[in-house]
Amino acid sequence: MAEPMKIRAVLKGDVADIRVLIAHPMETGQRKDAKGEIVPLHFIQGITVALNGKTVYDGQWSQAVSRNPVFAVRVKGAKAGDKVSVTWVDNKGEKRTDEAAVAAAS
Amino acid sequence: MRIMRGVAAAAACFACLAAWGTVAAQGQPGNGLDVGRQMLAEDNPGELWVERGDKLFHEKRGPNNASLEQCDFGMGPGKLAGAFARLPRFFADSGKVEDLESRLLKCMVELQGFDRAAIIGTRFSNLDRASDMEALATYVASRSNGMKMDVRLDHPREREMYKVGEYLFFRRTGPTDFGCVSCHGEEGKRIRLQDLPNMSDRKQMQAVIAGWPAYRGTHSTVRTMQHRLYDCNWQMRLPDLGYVSDVSIALTSYLNYQGNGAVIQVPGVRR
Repeated sequence: MAEPMKIRAVLKGDVADIRVLIAHPMETGQRKDAKGEIVPLHFIQGITVALNGKTVYDGQWSQAVSRNPVFAVRVKGAKAGDKVSVTWVDNKGEKRTDEAAVAAAS
Repeated sequence: MRIMRGVAAAAACFACLAAWGTVAAQGQPGNGLDVGRQMLAEDNPGELWVERGDKLFHEKRGPNNASLEQCDFGMGPGKLAGAFARLPRFFADSGKVEDLESRLLKCMVELQGFDRAAIIGTRFSNLDRASDMEALATYVASRSNGMKMDVRLDHPREREMYKVGEYLFFRRTGPTDFGCVSCHGEEGKRIRLQDLPNMSDRKQMQAVIAGWPAYRGTHSTVRTMQHRLYDCNWQMRLPDLGYVSDVSIALTSYLNYQGNGAVIQVPGVRR
């Protein structure tokens, strides 16, 4: 089962700085395990970020993205308390959604 | 504006920063190396290990179906705040000086009923298998974040371990006649492009001690102090350092004491 993401969303002016830490093996399909067998491709294919239910980012990723990736996106016109929802789907069909609220600038 | 970057990209960029950072002295404002480190520290994937460790610590696990909430790290059972700052220390229940990982191992065996050899077998993760120990050590250590490292040598056994650690730090041995001090006793030493801290300088020592366990970009996982010492030992081509062995704990006693006053910020980020 996929581990939870860690989402930080902080307001800077009217721009929400959304930072997401994702726990994922992101296998490139080129690595061999201890037995010398190729570890199959396993990577995040699609990722969406929604602000109050409205999709603000819809991306396609490849196996070039690192293991346990850090992902950041800035969204204009956000307000403190807005709900951020991040969803990823990988090539094995596993998915995970986590939510956070936009925090006021500290 | 949209930004996407993976840790690999950041690490690659970190490597090039390191290239021109080598010439500049460490810790200077505007030093490219420090800028790179700062960028990595802001989005530290090690935070995921803290989360996982938190879950593992409070979960009922093992043959005894027990959590680790009764585990004593020296401040009393279940008291985690500030416990890491005082380790290694002497424990009356085992009659030994112990570090964070030997204490965790003891609790996983005695409270939860796990097989000692099995836990030691999975002490370090690899790309195919995660390590509970790495997550638990990161979680427990992070409960002392913001506090100062404060190892005391009140007990005769603590002083003894410190002395042994000091001796081991300076002793040159093995096929290459290396000791810790060969790499960590002078300014400006490095392995390839990696600057090595001079551990005779308290400031640099504190910077080291404050940030272990640390997320290692090249390993894609958090590594503990035991792993750091194991790896140093391997790099010196010495026989494998026994996990939570007296040798490893003696060295940790010496290093942590030298790093006293360091403000703990776990997990750190390393290359």
